[in-house]
Parts: sequence; C-alpha cells; structure tokens
Amino acid sequence: MALLSLEGVTRSVELPDGGRLEILRGIDLSVEAGDHLSIVGRSGSGKSTLLNLLGLLDTPTSGRIVFDGKPLERLAGARRDRARGRDVGFVFQQFNLLPGRTALENAMTPLLYAGGRQFWRRERIATDMLERVGLGHRLHSTPDRLSGGEQQRVAIARALVRGPRLILADEPTGALDVETGAAVMALLDDVSNASGAALITITHDPSIAAMARRRFRLDAGVLLPLDPVEPAEPAGPLEPGIPA
Amino acid sequence: MIGAFVEAWAEFRVHRARVLLSLLGVAIAVAALSGVVGVGAIATQAQTEQLERGGGRPATLVLSPPVDSHSGEQADPEALAAVFDQIVERYAITHAGGVTWGDARIQFADGADSVALTVVAPAYGAMHRIQIAEGSWFSARDELRLSPALVVSQAVWQRLGTPDLATNPTVTLYGAQPTTAVIVGVLPADPFAPSFQAYILGSGYAAIASSAQTASVPMYEFWVPLDIADTLQERIRAEAASALGEGWVVDVQRQDYLAWGTSDPLEPIRIVLLAIAGLILLLGALSLVNIALVTVRQRVREIGIRRAFGATAPRVFLAVMLESVVATVIAGVLGVVLAVILVQSEWIRGYIAPGLEDAVPFPAEAALIGLVAATTVGALAGLLPALVAVRVKVIDAIRY
Repeated sequence: MALLSLEGVTRSVELPDGGRLEILRGIDLSVEAGDHLSIVGRSGSGKSTLLNLLGLLDTPTSGRIVFDGKPLERLAGARRDRARGRDVGFVFQQFNLLPGRTALENAMTPLLYAGGRQFWRRERIATDMLERVGLGHRLHSTPDRLSGGEQQRVAIARALVRGPRLILADEPTGALDVETGAAVMALLDDVSNASGAALITITHDPSIAAMARRRFRLDAGVLLPLDPVEPAEPAGPLEPGIPA
Repeated sequence: MIGAFVEAWAEFRVHRARVLLSLLGVAIAVAALSGVVGVGAIATQAQTEQLERGGGRPATLVLSPPVDSHSGEQADPEALAAVFDQIVERYAITHAGGVTWGDARIQFADGADSVALTVVAPAYGAMHRIQIAEGSWFSARDELRLSPALVVSQAVWQRLGTPDLATNPTVTLYGAQPTTAVIVGVLPADPFAPSFQAYILGSGYAAIASSAQTASVPMYEFWVPLDIADTLQERIRAEAASALGEGWVVDVQRQDYLAWGTSDPLEPIRIVLLAIAGLILLLGALSLVNIALVTVRQRVREIGIRRAFGATAPRVFLAVMLESVVATVIAGVLGVVLAVILVQSEWIRGYIAPGLEDAVPFPAEAALIGLVAATTVGALAGLLPALVAVRVKVIDAIRY
C-alpha cells in the first residue's frame, strides 16, 4: 500500500474578479515508503501548492488524496494536524527556525506536540538528532549565531525528531551556496535512507533534483515524470564534517 | 496540557523583557487590590478590638442593677452579688464580674489630683481586651492584697515620675480614708480615654470608698459563648428574677458590638479603593491585550511553523492563552508579594492599626483575590490574541 497517493488532484483559487485560477491540474502521484522523489518546476508552476497538499496543509479542490490508507477527507481538523505532526517532517527553504530559541529548543519543537515517551524524552531525542546532523557542539546556539548550512541542519534535525514517514523538502538548498547545498542534500538523503522515510524534494535546481531516484517536472500545474535515473548507491554512515 | 504549559513557559522566557514590562501595570494593580483587602482586614481587626474594649468581646451579657417595680429602689448589693455567684457557678462561666465607677484623689509630688476609677474584677481585662504598656493586668492574687492594686493610665504614671513597676511603686489614695495602693500596671496612651483614670479591683475599692460609694450597685458582665448567648441571656434573667423574688425588674442585655448590628464604617473607603484597583487592573489588561495582539501578528510565521509540526488549533489557542495567563500569574504573585511586604511592614501597621492586640496575618483571601484577578485578566487578555492565532492560515503563515 502506498504511503501517499494523489488521484486526479486539482487545486484552484478564486480571483478577485470572480474568475478561477487553476494552479494544479489532474495530479496523479503515488509515494511508497523509502521513496526519494524530486519535483522540479519554474516559479509559479504550483510547486509550493503541491507541497502543501502533500504535507496535509491544504485540501484539493477536486480529486482524492489518500495518506496511509486514509482518505484526506476522513482526516479532518485536529486528527489531520496530529497525523501531520506524527508522520510528516518539513524542511523549508528559509529554514523557518523559531527566533530566540536555541538549536536544541528548535529541534525539540515538534516533540512538544508528541505524547508519552517522545514528549518526556524530548531533550534527549533532539540532542541525539542534532548530534546525528553534526551539530552536537552547537546545541545552545540561537539561529542568529548559526550559518545558513547549520540552520538548515537544525531544520533537518527538527523535521526528523518524531521519526516521520514522509519528509517534504521545499527548496532546501535555495538559501545556500552550491557546496553547502550539496552537503545538506546529501545529509537529507542519508538521514531519510537511514530512517526509511520517503523524501520528496521540491526544487528548481536540476542538480539537486538529479539526486532523487524518481523525478518529476511540474509545468503549468501538470505533473510529468522525467527520465528514470539509476538507483543511487546505498548510503554510508553519516559524516559529521559537513561544510557549514 | 503539560506540553502547552511547557510551551507557554518557553515563550515567556524568550520574551521575558517585553512581557515583564507589559505586566508592570498588572503587578501594581494586583498589589493595590491585595493591599486594599489586606489593609481592610487589619483595619477591621483594629476596629473590632476597639469596639470590644468598649462593649466587651462577643458575647457579653450585662445584668443591670435590678430595680423595685414599685419603689424604684435598686437591689441590695450583697444580695445581687450572691445571685451573681450563683449564676457563675451554675453555668460555669469562666469570665464574669461586676463593674462600677467611682473616684479618688491621688497624691502626686506636686499635689493631689482626682482620678476616675473603674471598679472591676480580674476577668475584665480579658473580656475588654485591656492592653497594658507596663507591668501587668490584675491577677486573682491581687484581690488578696492588703494594699489595693491599681492599673493606672499613662498620664497618671508619668505624673508620678514613671516609677519602675518592678519596685512595686505605691501611691496614696484619698477616698473615705487615706490608703496606700500599689501600681501593678500602666495603660498605653489613649487619646480617647480620660487622661487621669485607673482600674481598681472591687475588694480594693471597698477599702477606700465611703459607705455610700460602697453601696452603689454594680452591673454584672458575663462573657459567654456566642452560640448560646441568647439562651443564657434568658436563663440569667430568669435566675436573677427568681432569686430576688417578685417585684423586681431584671434586665439582661447583650452589649458587645455584634449585638448592635452596626455597619462597617470602613466599607465605603474600601469600596472606593477596590474600584480604583479594579480600574488600574482594567487599564493593565487593556495594554496587555494591545501588546499581545501586536505580538501575535508578528508571530504569524512562528504559529504557522508550529501548526506544520503538528500543533492543533486548540493547542495553539491554549498555548497563546496560557502565555498570557502564565505571565499574569507571575505578575500576580509579584503583586501579592509586594502587597504582603507593604501591609506587613511595621510602619504601615503602626499607621493603620496602632496597638493591635491580636496580630492579623496577611489575609489569605487578599492573596487569593489578587491571584484570581491576575489569572482572570490573563485569560481575558489572552482570549483575543488566541482567537487571532487560531485563524492563522498555515500555508500563508509559513510564506509570511
């Protein structure tokens, strides 16, 4: 059973003049556990809108989204919020770390919405995750004292602390230089491989997109498959010495 | 719920400078609110003690000198004393005694002067909360003295040259015959009492009074439990009437302040002060709402991020609300602490209630009112920003 599937999904918005703007049209997509997909597209092609649908942040105008065997319409309100918190991890282009909080506090944020063991052991879990992404020495640094690469690694740690089954990365290297971006992508790939989570990367950078096993192109709201690529080599152990 | 508290506390910690500044008004208002209630409790206690000094502690029953319904003559003092003894023994009343008034002249170094005497029993001190500045009140042993014991006013003591009471200072009393009396205690200065006054025990007064003065009939006071006061009032009246026989008008009345049904004279002042404190609290709450609303708008992205990581709408509502409540509760605690420090200070107490006999602890209700007011203000001030926070659209918030 697919972890996430979209069937004939459309998303449109109403314009001030009363007309409708179709952002996504007839999207069909199936994501299995452990998949690594990339979606490329120019600005305004509907990438972020698609990401919001995939991340259970938005509902389609028509079509069907099934997450973990449950249609989205059956996951309403707080149930959907809880499912998102439990199963989906986000990595944003602008990192979106909470200002004024340390790397550790930022990484702990999703665990505040977890229950039981995860909540009570949140500090330990977040510390372990930050150590995994090579930031064990920056636990108590606030975002303004971290470089762009370090901030994105904190964001990756935050996305992973609850052990999500789906990681959504929205232009994860958009705010980084080429070298740092490649290192962050390698880390994201490694961590998701190691955890068995599906990774969907939305990017406009073809080189980043090429790192995925399945690639798609979003053009004027239509999702098209690109040529398949050779399966990537199995991931090695995590390297903490990633350039910042 | 615990998670929401943790989140609220973290928010408070991160924004503590802003929050603490905005809470200054709330803390001051809570201090004013709790302080007014605390000062009110102390002032009420002071007033109660003052009233008890006059009319006795609740419930004090007074058996007035019975009069013959035909001739209008008063009852024989000895017969009435026997009736009193009988009542005290039958009802096992621990605090009771006769009270009458007289006068005598005291020899000072610069001449003799008249002193108002209140003739009492040893129990009178406890029944009327008599305070002693120097020495002590009468004990039962003082009734056995050959020289009458005296408790004199501050003015009398000073005119005598403030003699050390440990040396058992004596004065000459000029009543029916000159008598040496021993001063055992000194009353504190009281601007509302006659300056030249003294208390003397009944047995001592008998030694100095003329036969006419001795023959005056005292009234008898009984300090009885409040819950059986009405029953005892009727019983004592019936007992006295029965012992004296027919034809005597016997009157037993309550004379403590609780029987007067007077309203609290401090009530209007307290209401005005509470209204002012309430107004300050309201202004504090309004500024809090204002700041919280601005802050929430600035935190739209943060709320969106939290929603993306699994915070439900009710959880965001609760967290924003609790932020406000946690902050105002802290302000409330600070305000209450400030109120306690102020109200408990010697200077304030000395000003509000000089000579308070029973130390009044800071009233728990004052602290409770302060904390409840702070929490309520926090909840009300947090409501509007919490509603705004819930309406944040996650997608727009993250792109914000």
